[in-house]
Amino acid sequence: MAVISDPATEWQLAPPVSARLRGSLGATYRAARRDKVLAASITVLLIGLFLAFFAPTLARTDYERTDPVNRLLGPSTDHWFGTDNWGRDVFDRTIVGTRLSFLVGVSVTVVSTVIGVSVALVISYFRLLDSIIMRVVDGFLAFPTILLALALISLIGPSVGNIIIALSVTATAGKIRLVRGAVLSLRESTYVEAARAVGVPVPRILMLHVLPNIVSIIIVQATFTLAGAILAEASLSFLGAGVPEYVPSWGNIIATGQGYMQVGFHISFFPGLFLTITVLAVVLIGDSIRDHLDPKLRGRLKTTAHS
Amino acid sequence: MWRYIAQRVLVSIPVIIMVGIITFTLVYIGPGDPAAIIAGDEATPEILERIRHDLGFDRPFPVQMGEWFLNLLRGDLGTSYFSGREITELITPRLQPTLSLGFQVVVLSTIIGISAGMLAAWKAGTRLDKNLMIFAVLGFATPGFWLAFLTIWVFAVNLGWFPVIGYKPLSAGLIPHLHSMFLPVMVNSILASAFISRITRSAMLEVLREDYIRTARAKGASEFSVFLRHAFRPSAIPVATVIGASIAGLATGFVLTETIFAIPGLGRMLVDAIVRRDYPIIQALLMVVATVLIGVNLIVDILYAYIDPRIRY
Repeated sequence: MAVISDPATEWQLAPPVSARLRGSLGATYRAARRDKVLAASITVLLIGLFLAFFAPTLARTDYERTDPVNRLLGPSTDHWFGTDNWGRDVFDRTIVGTRLSFLVGVSVTVVSTVIGVSVALVISYFRLLDSIIMRVVDGFLAFPTILLALALISLIGPSVGNIIIALSVTATAGKIRLVRGAVLSLRESTYVEAARAVGVPVPRILMLHVLPNIVSIIIVQATFTLAGAILAEASLSFLGAGVPEYVPSWGNIIATGQGYMQVGFHISFFPGLFLTITVLAVVLIGDSIRDHLDPKLRGRLKTTAHS
Repeated sequence: MWRYIAQRVLVSIPVIIMVGIITFTLVYIGPGDPAAIIAGDEATPEILERIRHDLGFDRPFPVQMGEWFLNLLRGDLGTSYFSGREITELITPRLQPTLSLGFQVVVLSTIIGISAGMLAAWKAGTRLDKNLMIFAVLGFATPGFWLAFLTIWVFAVNLGWFPVIGYKPLSAGLIPHLHSMFLPVMVNSILASAFISRITRSAMLEVLREDYIRTARAKGASEFSVFLRHAFRPSAIPVATVIGASIAGLATGFVLTETIFAIPGLGRMLVDAIVRRDYPIIQALLMVVATVLIGVNLIVDILYAYIDPRIRY
């Protein structure tokens, strides 16, 4: 039993990080070969990431400069997605808009996951702190995400950083509640009790025995946060509470097209399609990860398929 | 049962107080100076000082918050900076469109969602099941404001079946009212029902593996009766949770829907208030919406106890 609290042997039980990473990449590749939907979703996200980094250099026109002569043109070989009410190329604006969606989505996911998981781990072992923080969390979760984000942005001003802050607030509160629940139920499990009994300090228990067991819940939840944050950013930009109009965002391009429905269907259609496909890919990847990571659920799916 | 209800109500009170503290603090620490907004651009420092004093903004934070809470309890939501009118007075005419939209969407999405979910569970593994679930995932990923745009383009702009915008109140007659609300109701119902159907399906499949379902089948109960009488009630709990959660989602959806379809409801009021930086209205609406949602959660909790008597103890 003393072995458990011996750091050397404890670490030896886990393979080195590089091997684990290679292992999970390999597992993803094998899963994607079996599952066409997963393969398609990953491809969509990789294209999205590529566009997020390189779209401004791929753009053939100056996507922020107005060109009134060529306003409201339909899709053609010159302008694949047509032009908007200022004569700007919708294809270029749409691919550049990928950048903001991914930046906000990934930032909100990372910020809320890191803060949410740390806070949840810490408060799960301090009863007083737990009851205070959880009241605050309940309070924040009582607001619908977009409403609270809109109100926050109206107070702190619209900018990319502030959008990320506003969306991270509710996302973090949600993470704290979810992870705390998982930690509390794990705390009752026999092996955590055993570790405590032999005198493993609480921080070690949290990092080595609790955290690895909630990683799958955290990853699956992170994909839903990513999907939600991408949608929320688009909604905020659509309502005009996002970035300034000349900076392309899927939300504000759709809002522009809204005013030109008779002649400019293409303006809103294409960025909306990009948005839907991206969110769809993220949600499908989340579903797939959940099915692969949760052996219990996998068994359950098999039984239901037979019944 | 009454004891359980009283207990749930008591648990909700601290959440409402927390919501109030968050709402008040956010606006209080926000950078906007209400006196400057009211006074306009040409105000001298003396005028600003007098406005601050008249409205009590120079008093300490706890005093201001305490007074705000007392006013809330008296049903006084404050006064709009922009129009100078009582907010309760401004909210009243906005209630009908939002409540009508909410009622129709909740009823319709529940009916569509539960029937689609049960159908998928019944035909689990078949092509019908797969198609229904593809629809459910699509509904989960499609942004409501874009779907609204597509439906307006198809049904209003091209087919001309519905007005592009133009809300008609109930006083204009039930049929014109429902007609003017048809597209926004459909868009929100389809999206909300996608989620409900997914949860209904998985909850039903879970219950269908239980021993007592096998027993029911063994004693010769028809498949129809197994589904509706034996399996549905136990799976209603996750479904009730999701319907409760989808109402919170609707609150977000309505801000967008009311903006696109130009429906003069609470969501539109919030967007207008945000554009004008009318903080008392933002404060009041956040408070009202959060309180309504806490109320919805309370009702869902009570429904649990009704569906599953074990929860009462």
